[in-house]
Amino acid sequence: MELSICMQGIVKSFPGVLANDHIDLQVARGEVHGLLGENGAGKTTLMNILSGMYRPDEGQIELFGKPVRFESPKDALAKGIGMVYQHFMLIPTFTVAENLTLGAEITRGGFLDRSKSESMVKELSKKYGLAIEPSAKVQYISVGAQQRVEILKVLYRGAQIIILDEPTAVLTPQETEDLYQTVNALRKAGHTIIFISHKLNEVLRFTDRVTVLRAGKVVGTRVTSETTAEELASLMVGRSVSLHVKKLPREVDAEMLKVENLKALDARRLPALRGVSFNVHAGEIVGIAGVEGNGQTQLVEALTGLIRTTGGTIRLDGEDITHFPTSERFCRGIAHIPEDRHRRGLILDFSLAENSILGYPDRISLRSGFRLDMKSIRKFCAKLMAAFDVRAPSPDVMAGGLSGGNQQKLVLAREFSRCPKLLIAAQPTRGLDVGATEFIHNSLLAERKRGAAILLLSLELSEIMDLSDRILVFYEGKIVGECLRETTNEDEIGLLMTGGRHEVLIH
Amino acid sequence: MNILSVFNIGLLAATLRGATPLIFAAIGVTYAERSGVTNIGVEGIMLFGAFSAVLVTYYTKNPWIGVLAAVIVGGLLGLVHAWTSITLKANQIVTGAAVNLLAVGIPNYLLIAIWNQPGASPMVANIKPLHIAFLANLPIIGPLFNSQNLLAYLAIFAAIVGQIILFHTPLGLHIRAVGEDPRAADTVGIDVYKLRYLCVIFSGMMAGLGGAYLSVAQLSMFTKQMTQGRGFIAMGAMIFGKWTPIGSLGACLLFGFADALQLALQTIGVSIPSDLLMTFPYVLTLIALAGFVGRSAAPAAVGKPYDKG
Repeated sequence: MELSICMQGIVKSFPGVLANDHIDLQVARGEVHGLLGENGAGKTTLMNILSGMYRPDEGQIELFGKPVRFESPKDALAKGIGMVYQHFMLIPTFTVAENLTLGAEITRGGFLDRSKSESMVKELSKKYGLAIEPSAKVQYISVGAQQRVEILKVLYRGAQIIILDEPTAVLTPQETEDLYQTVNALRKAGHTIIFISHKLNEVLRFTDRVTVLRAGKVVGTRVTSETTAEELASLMVGRSVSLHVKKLPREVDAEMLKVENLKALDARRLPALRGVSFNVHAGEIVGIAGVEGNGQTQLVEALTGLIRTTGGTIRLDGEDITHFPTSERFCRGIAHIPEDRHRRGLILDFSLAENSILGYPDRISLRSGFRLDMKSIRKFCAKLMAAFDVRAPSPDVMAGGLSGGNQQKLVLAREFSRCPKLLIAAQPTRGLDVGATEFIHNSLLAERKRGAAILLLSLELSEIMDLSDRILVFYEGKIVGECLRETTNEDEIGLLMTGGRHEVLIH
Repeated sequence: MNILSVFNIGLLAATLRGATPLIFAAIGVTYAERSGVTNIGVEGIMLFGAFSAVLVTYYTKNPWIGVLAAVIVGGLLGLVHAWTSITLKANQIVTGAAVNLLAVGIPNYLLIAIWNQPGASPMVANIKPLHIAFLANLPIIGPLFNSQNLLAYLAIFAAIVGQIILFHTPLGLHIRAVGEDPRAADTVGIDVYKLRYLCVIFSGMMAGLGGAYLSVAQLSMFTKQMTQGRGFIAMGAMIFGKWTPIGSLGACLLFGFADALQLALQTIGVSIPSDLLMTFPYVLTLIALAGFVGRSAAPAAVGKPYDKG
């Protein structure tokens, strides 16, 4: 086996954290090597070392048998290592060709040669089968296309080794499929690929071998075809985890939410909801599946009163709440886990204690006179933290300092503490690792058992399939299909999500 | 009196004269903002430039050496703004405002300390309009161009060259990249700090040049608060011009025209109060700054310090 990368005894510490603790990693030439681990396991730190962003405290790196030292990402790139970051390093107002060649422009007489760089980009895109339009501005192309620009960017700079950091996190199922083809094409062309992920099914599908990290250490390397999702999951978490939650059957109770012919506009004043009708019963989880941007966000905002509706009615427990302000809806028993916990779920510069009462500072027990009773609030927060396993030193630390999983658990704890009649959970596990995801899924099922009506929105089809009793599929602001969990499958839902006709499918 | 009589060659010539200092400053701030640093200190730097030019001209008797001094002083003040806002990551508005406040005090203090005159400096030599012989006989062009000095041509030339560099060279692409997303630029090996320093120092030099034009070309002395908000008007022109040198040039000409027109109207004595007429260029600036033009063109990272982490 010819090695393209050999990292030995890599140590990297940050104040208070040993991010990489004597890590050894060997990657063969021309293989797709998975790097699996929970958030905070040290994957990104290790790859930042390999790509020249950080310098290791200890350890050696060999590339194709030769020892190397990198001073900067540019340095690493010059030696053939290119990183495709999870958050794209692209400039939205620049064209594809400008982004691709930035820092290594094609010039003629000192001036930018636009036509030459565009034809070069076209050639490169043809060579690797990555379709893009060189003169299009990056802000107007899809996320999948942006990722292709990133990949071409490192190929243009001569990368032999390509690091993909959580590449599927932002992609639709179809785009993930395209990425799969791309990765295979790159492997065939002789490139070595490191595939960072915390999604087991993707690591199993994309990679040849996989190395699992936990708490800064390597806990094992496996040949992908000889391992299972269960084995990888337990390596990652350090205990056995159930990948699929156990959902007990439950009879539904009374109708809790009834939405009729609901209409709303999006931020650009275009119709986002075009007459949506459905209901959710107490003790039932209704999942909303759909490709991002088909009106799901506006549905949540309309139900929680964050945007005004342009038609239709919303009834909660029989009462018409269509024109109620948000606070009034929350008093009536709606709880909301927002899809963007950083922007809407939490105030990152506030302490956990302050965050734990966001949305209801008027609770009598938490006040003393007209002031907030910070002592009681801290106690209240500590109780929530204990109940939901929020790992933080104290209720006084800033929410921004917590990992995504712990932040989300705090949001859940706060919202569940209201004992809501209707729980709206939008992408509750987005970006979270296996352990936190398991915890959140079990918490949602516990709420279902208690008798809450739950509306679950997720872009992860597997999450919808695991938790829902009933599934509604959104497409272009309408419900294009309604299926019972027992009688449907991922293929049917997947086709509906892309606008495929329901009738055609079933019969 | 016929009000239309103000629309003559003299008005056009006055437009260009009024626009010249604005053009310099506007190109400077355009570069600074394109690199991601806002520099409201241009107002104060212009004033410092105007004063330095007169001071040095007073002792050397050569206004061009005065202009050079203004450019150097402007560059140094730009360096201070760059250091505080890029290296120390201070709030760019606050630092810029500090420069403006210094500019209120220091020149006025030096007027008294050096010449013992509170309101204005003594008269110094100034830069004379060019006389281009072969243009003299042409209608319109002759009188228009022969009423300007070399700096006016330099301003127009700077706008053209500034446009070409910003949009057609790798350097310009790098500057814009740094102003849009410094981290993305950093990952492809572009030196964010170096480019930002370069652009902010350049904005100081250009503001100094604009200030020098006011004191040793338009007049031949320094007077208290002589910039009268021209630095802010230049920023308005930058926004009006959608952060491009050529666009800024056009906007400066518009502001220059507004200024020239109000002067001409005052001269012929129209029955509009002169104080109201004088607000004309400022109202235009206000409209521009209020985002009437649309904010979409602003560089995404402007005003945000970059932390390499």
